[in-house]
Amino acid sequence: MAQSQTPARVGSNGTRHLWIAFLVMAGFFMVAPLAIYPVFLMKVMCFALFACAFNLLIGYGGLLSFGHAMFLGTAGYVSAHAAKVWGFNPEFAILAGTVASCALSVVTGFLAIKRQGIYFAMITLALAQMMFFFYLQAPFTGGEDGIQAVPRGVLFGLFDLHDVTNMYVLVLVIFLASFLAIWRIVTSPFGQILKAIRENEDRATSLGYDTDHYKHLAFILSGTLSGLAGAVKALVFQLASLTDVHWSMSGEVVLMTLVGGLGTLFGPVVGAAIIITMQNYLAQLGAWVTVVQGVIFVICVLSFRRGIVGELSSIIRKPL
Amino acid sequence: MEIFGIPTAALFGQLLIGLINGSFYALLSLGLAVIFGLLNIINFAHGALYMMGAFIAYLLLNKLGLGYWWALVISPIVVGAVGVLIERTMLSRLYKLDHLYGLLLTFGIALIIQGLFRNEYGSSGLPYAMPDVFRGGMNLGFMFLPNYRAWVVVASLVTCLTTWFVIERTKLGSYLRAATENPALVQSFGINVPRMITLTFAFGVGLAAFAGVMAAPIYQVSPQMGADLIIVVFAVVVIGGMGSIMGSIVTGFGLGLIEGLTKVFYPEASNTVIFVIMAIVLLVRPAGLFGTQK
Repeated sequence: MAQSQTPARVGSNGTRHLWIAFLVMAGFFMVAPLAIYPVFLMKVMCFALFACAFNLLIGYGGLLSFGHAMFLGTAGYVSAHAAKVWGFNPEFAILAGTVASCALSVVTGFLAIKRQGIYFAMITLALAQMMFFFYLQAPFTGGEDGIQAVPRGVLFGLFDLHDVTNMYVLVLVIFLASFLAIWRIVTSPFGQILKAIRENEDRATSLGYDTDHYKHLAFILSGTLSGLAGAVKALVFQLASLTDVHWSMSGEVVLMTLVGGLGTLFGPVVGAAIIITMQNYLAQLGAWVTVVQGVIFVICVLSFRRGIVGELSSIIRKPL
Repeated sequence: MEIFGIPTAALFGQLLIGLINGSFYALLSLGLAVIFGLLNIINFAHGALYMMGAFIAYLLLNKLGLGYWWALVISPIVVGAVGVLIERTMLSRLYKLDHLYGLLLTFGIALIIQGLFRNEYGSSGLPYAMPDVFRGGMNLGFMFLPNYRAWVVVASLVTCLTTWFVIERTKLGSYLRAATENPALVQSFGINVPRMITLTFAFGVGLAAFAGVMAAPIYQVSPQMGADLIIVVFAVVVIGGMGSIMGSIVTGFGLGLIEGLTKVFYPEASNTVIFVIMAIVLLVRPAGLFGTQK
């Protein structure tokens, strides 16, 4: 019964509207810098990637992580440190940050998947808080100041990233490539098993799947891609700070995904764009931003659980 | 006098602070456990409601001139009423859904409450005057014990043990435990389970407000006071497992003491020790010290 609704069907007919949506999205981000401030767009793309990576875990694996800021922040700190202190080229700085987050997700994922549901959320939150205190005290992070004036460097020794166009193209390429990778993961046999575990873990086990192994792998993929987002973000803003490891950042990525639509391909991108835009316009209101975010949380949970893209996809009766 | 090269006064001083923190961990994790037992929801707003409890005490004293004892009674009632409102208007719509939605909803509520208080009172802490009765302290010979801190530990212990007694040893508690096991069956015996759920939630958040009032004279009253605390309490809950009431009390006090000891012997780790213990417990006994794995 549920089969007819799953986006599992592979083939030109089943995915054509997804490709159209993808081209619209790619086209938008290619043309938009003509009209919109590029740094703002780069911020949106970084958070969109972060939210897509987070969605991989909750939307397809059914695991709600409340500590994803630790991957964003860790990669940010490591790539900023690598670029500034060790003098790494940007490609290696990004790689170093991503690898660091990957390693962190191997360890934290191993611990977190020992429990499910609400406990999983609490454990990831607690582990992220531990990382927060670690970065607060560690000497290389600069404490409250963070790592400032991170050099963007020259990509592959050819493209000077201090030029906004070069930086923009790099972010765009990384974002689109990661999006395609996530899309591929979701529709792969691995993604299908992940969905099976989300729907009924006991049955997946009885079919012979080592569910812990799959959940761990999903956690690592999600953490690593979140790390990639954090590493790129550190270069874009030339800053790595405590904001990115704080629990409120973990909450924000949950909110973005929820607003856009849990378990939809394009939802996290739409959600990230909306939340970032909102923060931009409400920035002068100070603490009201928190209140507004809380209200959106409450409304989404009570009466808008499918999110924007989820609602759209139920209107056109096709997965998005 | 020295033990392991640490002056005893410093050692016992930190242990006392640990015991105080443990009192708050115990009260908050107890409330979370009681709520979780019946509603299957982890209340993310628990820290915000604890903060609200402290603020109500502050407002009662500075706007209405009502002192500490009044606050100790009124604040839990007011916050309990807020709890009834939250449960009736919002949480009760989510019981048929995945329990994670309850977590997301209460997270949103926590953001709203914290944001509103920060708008009104700013981020800096407000002092709450120590009640006159508790000024001064006793010299125990090996350490100086401030009266108020002794009171916090005793009051918290008594509250926790009373709660344990009511839930585990009285008729009312047996209804509660029965409803935790099988709400439909208990309802069929003519007990109003939805009302019991509402009152349980109100009681749980009332405990948080009670803790908030007791915290007001020790810590500064500030909008952020609950946010960081609740994350530590989550770790405490994971360590203890939410299966047992006594378990959350023992874990709360125990972890407070361990944190105090860490401050003496290795201060750098005092912020993180509870999270490290959580990681170890997850490796050794994933269900938690007092929990049972489903």
